Amino acid sequence: MRYLPLAGSDRQDMLRAVGASSIDDLFVDVPEAARLRDKIAGLPDHLSEMAVERELARLSRRNLVAGEVPFFLGCGAYRHHIPASVDHLIQRGEFLTSYTPYQPEIAQGTLQALFEFQTQVARLYGCEVANASMYDGSTACWEAIGMARRITRRGKAVLSSGLHPHYVSVAATMARFTGDVLDTRVPELTAETDLPSLIDAIDDDTSCVVVQYPDILGRIADLGALAEACHAKNALLIAVVTEPVALGAIRSPGEMGADIVVGEGQSIGVGLQFGGPYVGLFACSEKLVRQMPGRLTGQTVDSEGKRGFVLTLSTREQHIRREKATSNICTSSVLCALAWTAHMTLLGEKGLRQLAMLNHAKAVAAADRLAKVPGVALVNDSFFNEFTLKLPKEARPAVRAMVDKGVLGGVSLGRLYPEAAGLQNGLVVAVTETVTDEDVEALATALEEVLA
Amino acid sequence: MTINQSGWRPTAPEAGAASGDTYTGNRALMLEEALLFEIGDTDTTGVDFAEAPASESRLGGLERNRTIGLAGLSEPEAVRHYTRLSRQNYAIDLGLFPLGSCTMKHNPRLNEKVARMPGFADIHPLQPVDTVQGALELIHRLAGWLVELTGMHSVAMSPKAGAHGELCGLLAIRSALEARGDAREVILVPESAHGTNPATAAFAGYRVESIPATARGRVDFDALKARLGPDVAAVMITNPNTCGLFEPDMVEISRAVHEAGGLVYCDGANFNAIVGRVRPGDLGIDAMHINLHKTFSTPHGGGGPGSGPVVFSEALTPFAPLPFVEKQGDHFALVEEETAGEHHGSSFGRMVAFHGQMGMFTRALAYIMSHGADGLRQVSEDAVLNANYILRRLDDLLDAPFGDSGPCMHEALFSDKGFAGGLTTLDLAKGLIDEGFHPMTMYFPLVVHGAMLIEPTETESKAALDQFIGAIRSVAERAKAGDRSLKAAPVHAPRRRLDETLAARKPVLVWKESPQAEAAE
Repeated sequence: MRYLPLAGSDRQDMLRAVGASSIDDLFVDVPEAARLRDKIAGLPDHLSEMAVERELARLSRRNLVAGEVPFFLGCGAYRHHIPASVDHLIQRGEFLTSYTPYQPEIAQGTLQALFEFQTQVARLYGCEVANASMYDGSTACWEAIGMARRITRRGKAVLSSGLHPHYVSVAATMARFTGDVLDTRVPELTAETDLPSLIDAIDDDTSCVVVQYPDILGRIADLGALAEACHAKNALLIAVVTEPVALGAIRSPGEMGADIVVGEGQSIGVGLQFGGPYVGLFACSEKLVRQMPGRLTGQTVDSEGKRGFVLTLSTREQHIRREKATSNICTSSVLCALAWTAHMTLLGEKGLRQLAMLNHAKAVAAADRLAKVPGVALVNDSFFNEFTLKLPKEARPAVRAMVDKGVLGGVSLGRLYPEAAGLQNGLVVAVTETVTDEDVEALATALEEVLA
Repeated sequence: MTINQSGWRPTAPEAGAASGDTYTGNRALMLEEALLFEIGDTDTTGVDFAEAPASESRLGGLERNRTIGLAGLSEPEAVRHYTRLSRQNYAIDLGLFPLGSCTMKHNPRLNEKVARMPGFADIHPLQPVDTVQGALELIHRLAGWLVELTGMHSVAMSPKAGAHGELCGLLAIRSALEARGDAREVILVPESAHGTNPATAAFAGYRVESIPATARGRVDFDALKARLGPDVAAVMITNPNTCGLFEPDMVEISRAVHEAGGLVYCDGANFNAIVGRVRPGDLGIDAMHINLHKTFSTPHGGGGPGSGPVVFSEALTPFAPLPFVEKQGDHFALVEEETAGEHHGSSFGRMVAFHGQMGMFTRALAYIMSHGADGLRQVSEDAVLNANYILRRLDDLLDAPFGDSGPCMHEALFSDKGFAGGLTTLDLAKGLIDEGFHPMTMYFPLVVHGAMLIEPTETESKAALDQFIGAIRSVAERAKAGDRSLKAAPVHAPRRRLDETLAARKPVLVWKESPQAEAAE
């Protein structure tokens, strides 16, 4: 039991010191009926490090690794190259094994990194302030809807059909319990987004409109008119960004008038990891900050006047405000935020722009190549690194059949919208800097074969 | 745009006068580090990319036309920046981290290694399920352990952290009550509860009422019984509680709540005290979250990511969230919205995109397999023994408000009674920083004046405990003697006491160029 430093003799000495004759004396408050006399039966005993590693390696080999095949999946989680130093830095014990920075004098490392993170997120999103992370994009999205309800004192949220269906599901789950009304819709396989119809849906009960940018099919639309329409009715515009790399190439939602911008940060610094842990990003204008959920890091000075950082505006939070808090969130995703900020620092503005333009150029080339596959049509007029193809037959079995040809060819809309008949032929293809020309050719060939 | 054109790496502003003796403000290994935006600029990058092939833009006419203002560093500078920052943090790798109710135990590096195996780290959540059978099997296997260790009926794996798990539990409870046409409005929460409990109850649409504690630090069962009634949906109870004590009436509490038509939610933050020795299912509870980042050693990372699976009784199982993993013959299936209808139609729905904190599942399973059933029982025994050792080695000097009511569980609670000269729990905590320790949890639970809650965990040696005890005794004696020099502590940390009032009164939440720098461009 390599993680337990007490020796048998220590235990005896310590039991004596506390006046107990056996360890059982320390569990006297446990009701008789609930005391286990011995270890739980039917479970294996402890294993050596080597044995655990061997068994988990065996399980890991039963998965098809993204990096080992031509890979084109996106829809809220993207495969990007992460510089080796990022993973090294987040494994420094001082970051990895520290707690939430409640004692700021000995947590300046985490606090300064979070202050820098907040600044980077706010600038990337085109907002004034950002918090120190949420669990992920989907929960950040729901928290933004709740925040809009508190600010506007209205209970109807209008959700774009381009919003990730899992994000819609999370919001729908919560809305059932909070009494919010969600006005939702399902996307269509067209080049146009539903922004004009969203403008028509805003009324005097609307707290917010939620729109994804780029959307679930990869389409990009100017949010300016929608923002104006929201503000004319005193509603808020919430923009959701699932692919932050896109903002190296296209305008930020903040500069187009979004009031709250939230999203998934996973693309920067955090690997695919089968869906988690990821990092939720959350930004807004300064005047809304007191309704914001989550931790905030702020600048201050110490008793000698030296600059330092602390968690601040805690009166919004559960540990102070309890049932009146802006959110119940406590532990969030700080180590992933650290990975995010370290990767973003390595990129810098120059690197982010290069990365974004490389993604876009590869995606443009791939879209043109795949549109030449017989029967396949490109749905999008606009896109960043992800676009939707309309296949001549259902995409879900096609994706499955391409696996047999060694290609992970994209996300079928049937997987995300099993009920929507009009979407079953849709295939969403993400093309990042990790994709090679050979990969695109492999996808084109596989697609042609499975459609034949 | 260049953010800092001089190339000079400044120390913190106004550092000169205070830090005195050195040109740089550094003190040997204690290195000051400027902000990223003061040392980096928008033209510097630490990565190399191939030139993007020339192609037409399909960005919908929305090409970025403004500077973002993201400072970059070269790779050597970036590694140095974060390494220097890291050294301003205390961490479990450096020493005892006795934060009560936080379970800061050793984080095994095997966990980190297995989580980074490409078969777990480099798979996409929407890959066809037959390409991720190993991942689903891992989730299923961890779920099996959690169900066995808690003696419950099922487990929801997707909640992202403890508070998210609480929400999961309450949504299942509310769904179950609504399904029987019994809308109830109130959640009872003991006044010693963690702040997430009332916040979660409110988030789930409930009204919160507080239940007092007894003089022995337990839930006032009589007050609880008196409040039960047709409007009470559930009781949220932490056991072992935040005073570090087991609730001896837990079985009777559960029975009384059930007889009144309500349900019992248990906050499992303190599961480390009883893992392998008590199964919460035997206490009659209906739902409990498990913090994998506490009991099962996944690292806190400075504030997450965590993971908060929720175990359910048979009564609540049908209402558990989507998605979940189910074994069907030799195949592991992912039950999502489309397949749930057939046999999981009562689910309250999805709480999160994708399937939960896979990276934490891998780490937690590696830890659980390493300890096994025998080792996990030893974990709780050692955790409880270490806490009692601290309680009894300090209770002659520090007031232990519930020290007379028997042994504690995995954490020892003290108050500031007897401190002199206006010295407080905060002063003792800051004094401990100078002694090289992270302080204990302060001013929580709220039911004890100047509370100090110490949780050593099982991964501390007797020598480490003895050194910590010596340090805290030394500082406590100063506090009791009214030694005002404690008010200045810490004096040896990277920063002296920070002005939290200023931070809240004039919030500076992001870095901004100074007006002069902007004018110069």
